[in-house]
Amino acid sequence: MTETSAKAVLIRELGRIAPEIEIAEIDPSGDLREEFDIDSMDFLNLVTALSTALGLEMPEADYDEMSSFDAMVTYLDQHAR
Amino acid sequence: MSQFLMPSLGADMEAGILVEQLIPAGEKVHRGDIIAVVETQKGAIEIEVFEDGTLSEWLIETGTKVPVGTPMAVINGSAKMLSDVPDPTPEVPQPTDPVPPPLTPEVPQPAEPLPIPAIPEEPAPTPDLPELEQRRKVSPAARRKAAQAGIDLSTIQPVGGHIVTLADVVVQTDVKQSEASSGSNLSPMRAAISAAMSRSKREIPHYYLAQTLDLQAAQDFLTALNAERPPQDRFLIVALFAKAIARALKKYPEFNGHFEDGKFVTSEAVHLGLAINLRGGGLVAPAIFDAETRDLDDLMASIRDLIQRVKSGSFRAREMSAPTITLTSLGDRGVDTLFGVIFPPQVAIIGIGTPAPRAVCTARGIEPRLSATITLAADHRTSDGHRGALFLNKINASLQEPETL
Repeated sequence: MTETSAKAVLIRELGRIAPEIEIAEIDPSGDLREEFDIDSMDFLNLVTALSTALGLEMPEADYDEMSSFDAMVTYLDQHAR
Repeated sequence: MSQFLMPSLGADMEAGILVEQLIPAGEKVHRGDIIAVVETQKGAIEIEVFEDGTLSEWLIETGTKVPVGTPMAVINGSAKMLSDVPDPTPEVPQPTDPVPPPLTPEVPQPAEPLPIPAIPEEPAPTPDLPELEQRRKVSPAARRKAAQAGIDLSTIQPVGGHIVTLADVVVQTDVKQSEASSGSNLSPMRAAISAAMSRSKREIPHYYLAQTLDLQAAQDFLTALNAERPPQDRFLIVALFAKAIARALKKYPEFNGHFEDGKFVTSEAVHLGLAINLRGGGLVAPAIFDAETRDLDDLMASIRDLIQRVKSGSFRAREMSAPTITLTSLGDRGVDTLFGVIFPPQVAIIGIGTPAPRAVCTARGIEPRLSATITLAADHRTSDGHRGALFLNKINASLQEPETL
């Protein structure tokens, strides 16, 4: 799995949850939930979608490593290898 | 034979637009089938039918805006023969029961009742009226009101039959006023919220209580449970809140039900309204049905399904009108404390602030424990602070034993 494709999946899924937010306009190192205005249910849906699309477990214990857009890309990239 | 009416989806709804007829005339329908989509101030809502039978005829075209209570279709009950249906003239509904059938059999009709139908008065013949008005029969009171409000009588569909009554004109006047007010600068969603919340603040003597919830036990319980589950089966703490509230309501039923026409009717079932924020503004608070009878997995699945459907704009009429109490929680990145405004005709709303680790004094000393502020806004007509405090204590106590939920 390359970073680009994990990133592409993340962008696609974020687009489903927060269609009005432009990826180009967010701070990729800022708090993911703040940047995309997503609540705990949106975040759970995002993790569910990513987990299904990329075949990852994404345990709750790892949520701290998914706190920003960049962190999430790194996490997906590392675990999808 | 019965009629399928434009339902009321809450005190703030006066009219709706039939946007889709999902079942063509002549087809069989079953209780619970979704047969129409109606556009309201709160978005498009699917409407269920409440009996088995045959949809013999649609009475209004798609795209038509009609007041609450207006017949939209004729349903021929399963016990009746098709030939029993009279041949209704297309634009005039058949006279039948003036009272709309309850939206939900198990809860009291939550919607604002239609204005009391005026006893139809025989209109005095007025020679200089347009031909249409003469043919339709309009009660003198209706004629007066229409003249005052500047309403064209020929645009009114009488709810009860062929005679335009005062009630019909009043409904039409309200529609016109709400259109006028929303036309100024409020979006339909804001106008709907404004109507319901203004009514709440005008009519309901609120009192407010707050307490600190110790959520450490609940969080530890969920962490252990979720560790073994794939994301699609994981719990959010809101499922525990829902269960704890539903359980506490069994003991404190005065917070669960509807206050209408000067009477409070408690509900056996807990239809827990969840305040859900909508992207693009506004909120809705549809129900999780029978929360008290569901286990945690079932509750969580229902909450997830409901929120997903709300966000994609496909929730049902029953879900909007059924809640017997509402929970509003601003999730995990909101505020410490929120005091809700009760949704009429409900009598209580529970608010839960953002859970966060806080220093708590225990018998063992000072410990960091996950906690949140829970608040109750309740109707002083039906309960007092003493019972409210016991109710909140009961919720907190349940959350200390999450494995029993």
